[in-house]
Amino acid sequence: MPVDAVINIVISGLLTGLVYGLMALGLSVIYGVVRIVNFAHGEMMTMAMYATVLLFATWHLDPLWMLVPVVLAFFAFGYVLQRVLVNPFIDRPEHSQFMLLLAVALVLVNGLLIAFGPDARNVQVDYALDSYAVGPFIIDKVRVICAVVALAVCAALFAIFRYTSFGKAIRACADNLLGARVVGLNVPHLYALTFGLGTACVAAAGVLMTLLVDVTPISGPGYTLLAFIIVIIGGLGSMVGALVGGVLIGVSEALAGLIITPSAKSMLSFALLIAVLAFRPQGLFGRRP
Amino acid sequence: MSHFSRRDFNRLAVGAAGVAAIGTPWLAHSQARKIKVGMLLPRSGYLAKIGQSCQMGADISPALIRQMYGVDVELMNADFESKVEEARSRAEKLIDDGANVLVGAFDSGASAAIAQVAEQRKVPFVVNIAAAPQITKQGYKYVFRNFPTAPQLVTNGLALFRDLFQATGMAPRKAVFMHVNDTFGTAMTGGIHAILPKLSYLPFTLVEEIGYDPAARDLSVEVAKAKASGADFVMLVCRLNDAILLIREMVKQRYNPMGVISPGSPGMYEEAFYQSLGKYSEYCISNVPWYDPKAKITVAIEAAMKKQFPKESLLFNALNVGFTVEAMMVVGDAFKRAGSTDGTALANALRSTNISERMMLGGPIKFSAEGQNDDISSACIQNLGEKPTVVLPAASAEHKPVFPMPGWGKV
Repeated sequence: MPVDAVINIVISGLLTGLVYGLMALGLSVIYGVVRIVNFAHGEMMTMAMYATVLLFATWHLDPLWMLVPVVLAFFAFGYVLQRVLVNPFIDRPEHSQFMLLLAVALVLVNGLLIAFGPDARNVQVDYALDSYAVGPFIIDKVRVICAVVALAVCAALFAIFRYTSFGKAIRACADNLLGARVVGLNVPHLYALTFGLGTACVAAAGVLMTLLVDVTPISGPGYTLLAFIIVIIGGLGSMVGALVGGVLIGVSEALAGLIITPSAKSMLSFALLIAVLAFRPQGLFGRRP
Repeated sequence: MSHFSRRDFNRLAVGAAGVAAIGTPWLAHSQARKIKVGMLLPRSGYLAKIGQSCQMGADISPALIRQMYGVDVELMNADFESKVEEARSRAEKLIDDGANVLVGAFDSGASAAIAQVAEQRKVPFVVNIAAAPQITKQGYKYVFRNFPTAPQLVTNGLALFRDLFQATGMAPRKAVFMHVNDTFGTAMTGGIHAILPKLSYLPFTLVEEIGYDPAARDLSVEVAKAKASGADFVMLVCRLNDAILLIREMVKQRYNPMGVISPGSPGMYEEAFYQSLGKYSEYCISNVPWYDPKAKITVAIEAAMKKQFPKESLLFNALNVGFTVEAMMVVGDAFKRAGSTDGTALANALRSTNISERMMLGGPIKFSAEGQNDDISSACIQNLGEKPTVVLPAASAEHKPVFPMPGWGKV
């Protein structure tokens, strides 16, 4: 196998992995603060993908222009969902939370099926088939754009948590919930903000994914599973872990396809998951409980 | 006024029930002028576009069958969502709901599952499109197929490779074989492995074989692997969605093989392929069973299509519509001769089918003892001017074949 082909594949996997990382980041943020696992995560991403497809079909707007409005809309959706539906379940047993979010996922999948039918849909932009030639390497332009935007969104999220007052308040809730309540922070509001931010992250990933793949209503559960694999490998609740996990999965899938067989792509992701669960259950960047 | 006692009423009721239980089915079978056809197609899922294309053939058939055979057909449509397990349960349900015969199912895996149900329930199953050889190799008595098996497709398709290379004076040495890994893809792969080594007239060898999931969302690794193989051309056994993804990736990765040639699979001559890829659909070649545009029945089918689906073109749906209408013709003809909707009577009539006037290229529709029609020809179809164009055999050619293709940057 020529070295340039291998490097091409690694670059492609790395770029796709960054978008995966952004998707998983939303899941990790929600769990890290609210301590609820969002089992409707992939379905929310599918919903964002359909929103993008719909906007593109209606106004022929480049998905990158739709990023901000879609992200804001999904932030609001996440906020309301948490306040109305999820918040009453915060103190309930985990299996109740699981059933609730699984029900949300089923409603979303079936709602999309009713609204859009089962056929695959996509967004075809003018630059969809462009690529950059850098020496012997051919790099997909769309993947580069998606990866750069994914990194920018991640950086914005990191900045929110580090430099804004409400970001610091959210971190306080995550670090010491009792202390946060004692100093008078509005915890339900902050939880809803966090859920909104996590939903916004996955919506951003969804907008970018429409440039890379087709979407069907039943894509959601696959993305939920992928996000779980990534956050478990990276460490549930760790933002850096989600990004690194995404890149690891992206690159390992690409290399497995190249070196073993394309059918083994998912197999290697699960093998990585088993290895992490066996030897480092808290994930690569997770804190030991 | 005569006295009609409760005992008389009971006697009458028992007698009527007896007639209903014993006599009515016989009466219904012997006098039936209407047959219920359970049409199983993948109208959603990853095979949706092709399933919907086949469905058009089904929808125009009742009127055509009435004209041709003077019998009525009632369609009972079922979508198995491109899932084999759904195909089985939908077939069961159609039979429970009164289907006298099943037709479908485009997909080999689904057709194999439906064939088992049909055989168990003694309800004839006429396969419109499906190539896995095992469907008619199980000794089934109720399964009939008017479509080539994978080895027949491969034999016809590879013979056209030779004709193509001779016509263009090219002799590529290395090929990469890319194929879907579903039942159809596996059957075609088996056929290629069995037949290709015996064909000394073909100048190329396979340097790499790449199987992939037909429902895959990303085929970048597969194309990178094909490109790295250094093959002169791509031999492709595909479906529709994956064929679109593959060509997009080839363009993105600037992989310019001499050609992309299918030895007998769907995908590259479908309307959605042209719509999705535009100019990048050009020059792809499919060696597939094709239709005779001059046949009388083609003209009738085209008119029916135009009437019922004015926005659709027969050219882009020819294979799917053609074989589906022919399957319905087989059913209509057998029903007319059997004069009954009884499964065994219909199967007996199907075994003696002999339909010479047809749309698809090949001899008359006749079934072997296994229920297989062995006389279906292939043509070499190349995408030229963003439509499927017959380039071989020379006698039927509308245009000369273009090989090697000029490269994605020049299309």
